[in-house]
Amino acid sequence: MRNPIAVTGETALDLIRQVRGILALFGNTLWWIVVGPFKGKTAGRQSIFQQMVFAGVQSVVIVFFISLFTGIVIAMQSAYQLKQLGAVIYVAPMVSISMARELGPVFVALVVAGRVGSAIAAELGTMKVSEQIEALETIALDPVRFLVVPRFLALLIMMPCLTVMADMVGILGGLIVGVFNLQINMYRYLSFSFDLMEFKDVWTGLIKSVVFGTAISMIACYVGLDTRGGAEGVGKATTMSVVISFIMIILIDCVLTGVFFFSEM
Amino acid sequence: MEERETVIEVTDLVKKFGDRTVLNGVNLKISKGETFVIMGGSGCGKSTLLRHIIGNLKPTSGKVCLLGTDITGLEGAQLDEIRKKIGMSFQSSALFDSMTVGENVSLPLREHTVLEKNIIDIMVTMKLELVGLRGFEDLMPSEISGGMKKRVGLARAIAMDPQIIFYDEPTAGLDPIMAAVIDRLIVDLSRKLSITSVVVTHDMKSVMGIADRIAMLHEGKVLEVGTPEEIRNSANQTVRQFINGSFDGPISFFQQKDDYLEQLTG
Repeated sequence: MRNPIAVTGETALDLIRQVRGILALFGNTLWWIVVGPFKGKTAGRQSIFQQMVFAGVQSVVIVFFISLFTGIVIAMQSAYQLKQLGAVIYVAPMVSISMARELGPVFVALVVAGRVGSAIAAELGTMKVSEQIEALETIALDPVRFLVVPRFLALLIMMPCLTVMADMVGILGGLIVGVFNLQINMYRYLSFSFDLMEFKDVWTGLIKSVVFGTAISMIACYVGLDTRGGAEGVGKATTMSVVISFIMIILIDCVLTGVFFFSEM
Repeated sequence: MEERETVIEVTDLVKKFGDRTVLNGVNLKISKGETFVIMGGSGCGKSTLLRHIIGNLKPTSGKVCLLGTDITGLEGAQLDEIRKKIGMSFQSSALFDSMTVGENVSLPLREHTVLEKNIIDIMVTMKLELVGLRGFEDLMPSEISGGMKKRVGLARAIAMDPQIIFYDEPTAGLDPIMAAVIDRLIVDLSRKLSITSVVVTHDMKSVMGIADRIAMLHEGKVLEVGTPEEIRNSANQTVRQFINGSFDGPISFFQQKDDYLEQLTG
């Protein structure tokens, strides 16, 4: 049996090393985005575009179904409660506001972390263990500029887009329940959906999605580039990136919700 | 031999990973245009030495001069300037699997030069021609064999017309014929393009065939440096054992009976 204090200490040190590594990578990425262009060294437009297609366009179907069903479930669950108060029409803002503030950004982030973050970690991890990262450095190409920046920018751009889509599809899901099950007039449903929604509900959600996108890309890239030990290492890195991303998404969501909606109280 | 310009100079290079000393005071001088082979058993620090020479690892102490520049303390852009003048062929080829063969070879040209696309295409064809792979531009690395990957890696290494090419185990894991093909390529490239080649290997057949000079690395130190003839006639028992591939000699994987007994019984 190893000394539990030593194990705790080692784990803590490792955690500190990783957090510092992720922050350093983030700083390095921002440097390439802000200072890089002045030195004539930008990330390739083509590779940013490729990543945007992979992270964004190819996530559309799964985001569509997840938000549609989420919208339906929320409508059904809240209808049950609101019926007892005789306020079934409030299903509409219930769905739209909770999608925009919370469920849209968070579910999109979870989908992207599981689908895109894991793929990034696996790809970069494989590149690391098969000497491809070293090969890049040897031909004088910085892996951060060449690999991390396009992935970071792609997620930064696509996350809010996916979130807007998720919000709208979620409202559509609620609308299906409202119109076909609760017999609410469609125009009445829609006007209630949007009239009670504030602009703040939407922009706070979008800011969240941008922060989530940053966290997912930085965690996945860092874990990928930090991979050691062959195929097993790549597997571990992939799992790690998903686990850390999920925890961070919920944690960040908690903090940001506090900042946006509870800081004035 | 006439005195030639030194392109690589390694001085008292020491590298420690934790408590383990991998390189323990390595000294080397490699002159322009020669094919220099670094040989030694598995785990003797050959690849580590190579990674120090190309600046991918930083030494614990000592220094490395590459093309007249001390690269020991260099980082980022300054190191990249030197790296554009060298090429490296990796043990595992290290081709980028998301790119085609042609894109792999053209990547350094696309990133570091301002040449027109059609000129780059011609250069890629030329480099692939040199390694006998013209016409394979559009295949993915996953669609070609290990030997072909090695050759594509070589074509990528020479894309920028480097002054020095480094080879990490160029013939490891290849069949004898393919190994001979690669050996011939290494010799051809150094003659045709008069580049300095540094080859790390433990393939004795290939060593004797291609080397101008050989350095034997053992336990983190250079044991002997000389021409293939000198190494073949070496008086050093360790070197003799290595080139003959014999079981008995100073390098032993088994302990003496008494030591073993003592270790077992404590």
